[in-house]
Amino acid sequence: MTRLVRRRRRPARSGEERLTDSARLVDERLGASPLLKAAMKYLFPDHWSFLLGEIALYSFLVLVATGIFLTFFFEPSTAPTIYDGSYTPLVGAQVSEAYASTVDISFDVPAGLLMRQAHHWAALVFVVAIVLHLMRVFFTGAFRKPRDINWLIGVTLVTCALIEGFLGYSLPDDLLSGMGLAIAYGVALSIPAIGGQLAVLLWDGSFPGSADFIGRMYIVHVLLLPVTIAVLITAHLAIIVRQKHSQFPGPGRREDNVIGTPMWPAYALRALGMMLATAALLFLLGGLVQINPIWQYGPYQPYLGTNGAQPDWYMGWLIGALRLMPGFDVTVGDYTLIPNPFWGGVLFPTVVFGVLYAWPAIERRIAKDYRRHDLLDRPRDAPLRTAFGAAFFTWIAVIFVAGAADRLLVDIGFPYESQVWYFRVLAIALPIPIFFLVRRICRELRASEVRPLRAWTGTLVRRRPDGSFEELGDGSGTSPDSPRRAPGRRA
Amino acid sequence: MSRPPARSPRGELIVVCALLAAGAFSVAFVLLYAFDANTQLLAVSLGLAVGALALAGVVAGKWVVDQRKAVEARPRLVDEALEREVAGTIVQGAEGVSRRRLIVGAAAAAGAGVTAAAVAPLASLGPGDVSAQLKATPWRAGVTLVDDNGDPIGVDQLEVGSWLTAFPRGGDPRQLGASIVVVQVAEEYLDLPPERRDWAPRGIMAFSKICTHAGCAVALFRYPTYEPTSQRPALVCPCHYSTFDVGRSSKVVFGPAGRPLPQLPLRIEPDGTLVAAGDLSGAIGPAWWGVRRS
Repeated sequence: MTRLVRRRRRPARSGEERLTDSARLVDERLGASPLLKAAMKYLFPDHWSFLLGEIALYSFLVLVATGIFLTFFFEPSTAPTIYDGSYTPLVGAQVSEAYASTVDISFDVPAGLLMRQAHHWAALVFVVAIVLHLMRVFFTGAFRKPRDINWLIGVTLVTCALIEGFLGYSLPDDLLSGMGLAIAYGVALSIPAIGGQLAVLLWDGSFPGSADFIGRMYIVHVLLLPVTIAVLITAHLAIIVRQKHSQFPGPGRREDNVIGTPMWPAYALRALGMMLATAALLFLLGGLVQINPIWQYGPYQPYLGTNGAQPDWYMGWLIGALRLMPGFDVTVGDYTLIPNPFWGGVLFPTVVFGVLYAWPAIERRIAKDYRRHDLLDRPRDAPLRTAFGAAFFTWIAVIFVAGAADRLLVDIGFPYESQVWYFRVLAIALPIPIFFLVRRICRELRASEVRPLRAWTGTLVRRRPDGSFEELGDGSGTSPDSPRRAPGRRA
Repeated sequence: MSRPPARSPRGELIVVCALLAAGAFSVAFVLLYAFDANTQLLAVSLGLAVGALALAGVVAGKWVVDQRKAVEARPRLVDEALEREVAGTIVQGAEGVSRRRLIVGAAAAAGAGVTAAAVAPLASLGPGDVSAQLKATPWRAGVTLVDDNGDPIGVDQLEVGSWLTAFPRGGDPRQLGASIVVVQVAEEYLDLPPERRDWAPRGIMAFSKICTHAGCAVALFRYPTYEPTSQRPALVCPCHYSTFDVGRSSKVVFGPAGRPLPQLPLRIEPDGTLVAAGDLSGAIGPAWWGVRRS
């Protein structure tokens, strides 16, 4: 009898019932259903510019994945070794373990070059996405209360990403990385009063430092900074979820609501697609577009240098500042107090990051606006902010381009000395007209009726057969998406 | 918002095809990896596999599943009653405690002391007087100049307008103060101060190779090729183009460097080899707080 009961087929159970059972298994232990429900219902307002931060997040995931692969093969040591891998031009050369292991990753570890180059490309894209995301947040006023706290975390993330990237390409101990570290050493030495102590402390001796130095950079690069970045990203996202996304103004969109696509199913699938698309692009770049071929640069020695050497792009603004700063030291008699690298290497980034950190407070004071803002501005809605931002980023961009002055000399023969003068003049003179021009454009756009980013807010009419018109309502408040597709939107 | 989701058979078909393609490319990647294919093929197969998955995700998210948007209220972050309650609870916790200020003051003192005790051991990391380390150089009077193979450098290896990198015999070439640049210039370009007149036999001069601006190797040498328009012979750092006029004891004539390159006095031995006739004339490498400029 029992056998019969056992063998009787159970009634077919639907997918929903089975999922309910699975949820029960979890809930009996964690009570996670309320959280899952909230997560699936979380709303994402749609705008292409909101994807920039996502791309940064996905690049970070690719960085972590490819970076873990690389740690299994990289040897963070300056101990000398004789290279005997499959890159024949270097065979027999005395190089450091760090350099040899990086060349081995590139030539002798299966898929090693793909992972190494994808890691490097991901680092470049990571910083690009962060910087563009920062500009998006700036120009739309998304840094205003209550998101000012997330702005501070974001600017901190930029600094962490820059240092992390610099340490990353400094690890292989090739000629390019060594030249970059020499400059970093010069900048560290230039810090008033404590520079000498600090540089000797960091490098464990004078440059190029003790055998421990690469190990120090390595632990910061693979543990301290990645964990810091991960924690900051987690806080960044948790705060967003708590406050819910900001949104651009539009039909039905108010300060006190959010209109958007729910996480499940549409947004989760799109975000997954975006993440995979980012990864696909990075792997294609990593395998098809060569980057940082250290076997061509050769190993670093402090007495070697090459003309036209360029760092990763995100260091360009600092190189440019070091180039443009006139030869001026603070001196007393025959003694140097503040050497020249301080101005471009320390003071300039301090000013830039200082302005970025302080901007939410500065704007609150100027605009006397202490309210909470959850609706975004279009850039024209805040002419002063947009004009200031345009001038500020122009200033940095000119200095950034000046960082490539040596390439302009080597590639097209543009004399270096005159370039430096042109860029100095541009860096000082260009931001001022940009400020007034952009402020004017913002005011004109605001005064006109051209509002391409805002949804149409007129009245829908239909023509009757007899030639008269029938009103169909103004379209606002009924549906968040149908009026956006209304004909004559740009009329 | 109540519009039912529009079905998209075409979207579903694309998703299925993309998923199948992703699977196929993934298998291709594994096979290529197993047969040790080159980086380009690995990248294309992996990129297409992940890219096809991405396509499936985007098409499914944008055309196949429900596209309806929703509205929800934004949370109020401020609850004044709750804030008062929190403040009240904190104050309540301290009720009945007399001499509260004394306790707080003592705690602050203890905190400062403990912090100092925790931070103090950091000093064991720290260097003492660093300037000796920063200035360290193996050059002394009588040290022979050698090339990167350790062979002595003779005057016959140089001609007017040529240059080379040299190291001290027996020194560590990686030490920042070790590498020097040796240049030979025509006598007409020599414009040395009186005390350095005999530092440049036959117009041969030696300078520290480490730029005094930011520590790069001064790896470029500019020598006049056409007298009427050329500039004077100079060493140039490729990092930020600090330019040092060698005939004038490497005076800075362009760029951000704040000090000349330290010069090494030279003399020529009877057998023609080059030997240091003294110490370097100043502190090598980038400047720091309190270093002498010359």
